[in-house]
Amino acid sequence: MASWGEASESRLIGKRVTRLSGKDKVTGKAKYTFDINEPGMLYGRILRSETAHATVIGIDLSEAEALPGVKAVIPLIEVGNKLRYQGQEIAAVAAETDDIAKDAIRRIHVDLEELPHVVTEDDAMVEGAPQIREDWAGNQSEPNVREDGDINAGFDEAAVEVEATYHTPVQTHVCLETHGHVAKWEDEQNLTVWASTQGVFGVRNDFAQHFELPANQVRVITEHMGGGFGSKFGPGIEGRTAVELARITGKAVKLMLTRKAEHLVAGNRPSMTQQVRAGATSDGRLIAYDMKGYGTGGISSGAGFTGPYVYHVPNSRAERVNVAVNAGNQRAMRAPGHPQGAFAMDSLMDELAEKLGMDPVEFRRINDPNEVRQAQYTLGAQEIGWHRRNTVPGAGTSVKKRGMGVGSGQWGGGGGRGTEARVTINADGTVEAVTGTQDIGTGIRTVIAMIVAEEFGLETTDVRVKVGDSQPGLPSGGSGGSQTTPSVAPVIKTAAAAAKQKLFERIAPLLDAPVGDLRVGTGTIYVVSDRTKTITWKQATGQLGMESISEGGTWEEDLRQNGAAGTQFAEVEIDTQTGAIRVIKIVAVQDCGLAINRLTTESQVNGGVIMGLGQAILEERFMDPVTGRMLNANLEDYKVPGTLEIPEIKSIVFDTHRKVTGVGEPPCIPTPGAIANAVYNAIGVRIRSLPITPDKILDALAEKA
Amino acid sequence: MARKSHVQTTINGETVEFLCESRQSLLEVLRDELYLTGAKEGCNNGNCGACSVILDGRLVNSCLVLGVETEGKSVETIEGLADPDKLHPIQDAFLENAALQCGICTPGFIMSAKALLDSNPNPTEHEIRYWLAGNLCRCTGYDKIVKAVMDAAKETSA
Ligand code: FES
Ligand code: FES
Repeated sequence: MASWGEASESRLIGKRVTRLSGKDKVTGKAKYTFDINEPGMLYGRILRSETAHATVIGIDLSEAEALPGVKAVIPLIEVGNKLRYQGQEIAAVAAETDDIAKDAIRRIHVDLEELPHVVTEDDAMVEGAPQIREDWAGNQSEPNVREDGDINAGFDEAAVEVEATYHTPVQTHVCLETHGHVAKWEDEQNLTVWASTQGVFGVRNDFAQHFELPANQVRVITEHMGGGFGSKFGPGIEGRTAVELARITGKAVKLMLTRKAEHLVAGNRPSMTQQVRAGATSDGRLIAYDMKGYGTGGISSGAGFTGPYVYHVPNSRAERVNVAVNAGNQRAMRAPGHPQGAFAMDSLMDELAEKLGMDPVEFRRINDPNEVRQAQYTLGAQEIGWHRRNTVPGAGTSVKKRGMGVGSGQWGGGGGRGTEARVTINADGTVEAVTGTQDIGTGIRTVIAMIVAEEFGLETTDVRVKVGDSQPGLPSGGSGGSQTTPSVAPVIKTAAAAAKQKLFERIAPLLDAPVGDLRVGTGTIYVVSDRTKTITWKQATGQLGMESISEGGTWEEDLRQNGAAGTQFAEVEIDTQTGAIRVIKIVAVQDCGLAINRLTTESQVNGGVIMGLGQAILEERFMDPVTGRMLNANLEDYKVPGTLEIPEIKSIVFDTHRKVTGVGEPPCIPTPGAIANAVYNAIGVRIRSLPITPDKILDALAEKA
Repeated sequence: MARKSHVQTTINGETVEFLCESRQSLLEVLRDELYLTGAKEGCNNGNCGACSVILDGRLVNSCLVLGVETEGKSVETIEGLADPDKLHPIQDAFLENAALQCGICTPGFIMSAKALLDSNPNPTEHEIRYWLAGNLCRCTGYDKIVKAVMDAAKETSA
């Protein structure tokens, strides 16, 4: 059975190793898609709708076409078709400079017949609201219903009940590098595209199919990319448009989204509104749960969220619908559906605990079937100093009040088959690892180098890692679902082991020992039964002469594990005069399986916490019901956390086993719930709608007074 | 096409001449005309700090400065920070503290930190946080960035 070995035997795995590509990144040398400049390259731009709902009556491209420096203008929607949200694509241009492209966009004239729009869930659900999807009856999808046990019997048994409505708004991804591509046709049959993507091979296959090319004649490159968080899988309309413009003009075309378009069309986390009634027995068992909820993913569906979440409820019913509004499509966003559901569930848990007169952590202990989290509750409570919390929420008369809260989360992250990789040992001692995954900032390059270096007794800097390129055709899946490391690491490990075995076979005669007796040291290979028989790595590989060893690997299931439990504790301070909220500390206890690189794993946890904090206290897409437009499609009014909002973060990488699990997503799940519960503990009034902003806090305090 | 102006400026200590339209921002000139792509475009309207460079000793968002405004001035960008064989202490500190993930915000943060330490070699943690508030990062959680700048301050003022 394949294994990662004992911690005590590991020289690199499980240690803290600085990022391999770090030097390129701190010197500005690292090239992102946005940075690609090809000779004679043109700049692409897209004209987007400023109207939320309209029929296209006419598009006049002639004035744009006549502008000097413009090389192509193409329509992206047919006359007679409908525009259904602000930001939807109307036409595109390619021009010699970006400014000319902008000028050209302004010279495209579009005739529209405006239709009534709805941009909020409430408006969309009103009887007689304008219908915006032809395939649904009204603006709501068929309900998705899940039932377990018997809720009526459950409520009969309940000693306490809570009924509440929880809401989270639409959040956008805000990747610092916007979506985009640089497309270049090498000739009529060979296409190269630099893509800011989480899925090199998915994008390749999309282009191959769309442009009717053999897949191996499309090369997609993503050497570095500036964040995706779930929004960058397919090439999108902008990607296909870039390729089409490049095809028409015969030149390379760069087409990156503007920040505004990024907010409007490049995906978002759907909203959630849920009405829930739940009950618990007098001894603290969650016994019944009845929830009806909805959310919007814009004109698309996909607005699901979890509930009940994490805790065991024997009798439950959950009914969810999607609501369509005139706004851009949702896309997967870091742990889709989980942070919303977790916020509601953890708020509900605290409300029930209070009715029972029970400590929220105690109440969770009774109802959480997950053993890992049971241990995490203890550790997290200790670390935050849970005993210091307000025993009576909102007690005291000081202006600034502090409180503490807890939240939980659960994720899969077990990886899967479908990655091919090659590990090569050259005669000069150099080592190369190649696979078609992509490093979206998580540090998979470094992880690959660590695994290979560990296997060969080398340093990570001795291993050349090539990822982010669909050539030479070693596929790997998209980086989503926290799947990258658990999908890639086992294949790299077995490929390296196979290559090592081959090398051992070559040099065993030289060392006059059976292959099974050979081991790697640090930069050496020796015979375990007779340590005087040692040769250096270079001497060993020198035996290969003109050859090299190149081995593939297999995805060994034993090397990874599904299931990552997490718990977070938050401490906040509320200024009861201004409503200002400051998150003081977050303790994130995150099951990470075997964290191959502890340094980058911690960073993942920190990053997740901050995204959760943004959702908890800052982020919200505002739609204007009158104009149908997003009011804050920029980075000034759409607030993401900055250095001043950042609490002390204590990330505890919680080891439970020595198998690899992905942790890109889970750390953002428990944060909003933990913060919301801490706010309640501080001021004694519950805010059931995210983000928890000063105005909501002041309103709530005024109502209480 | 609009008329272009001839501009002479100093970039990372070297005299540079370029032609640009009066409406082109310094960021566009750096990235599209001079192929210095270390300064990034995150928003193009002064909200993210990814395009931070130092202009005559002052930290600026290069997306808010016009290329023609740099006539006779001196621009420092991330490309000029390291010596050929040695990283700048701020760069080292970012590496050692793992203060980056995707890294697209990193040049902006480093230039911003450079401008801070040039004028205030011993900033407090609060001063660092306040100064860096104009730089956005969606990946790291900032914690390690702040620590990196504190470490770099110790290193440079020692
Ligand atoms: S690109 Fe200049 S501040 Fe964002
Ligand atoms: S490291 Fe990705 S935005 Fe900062």
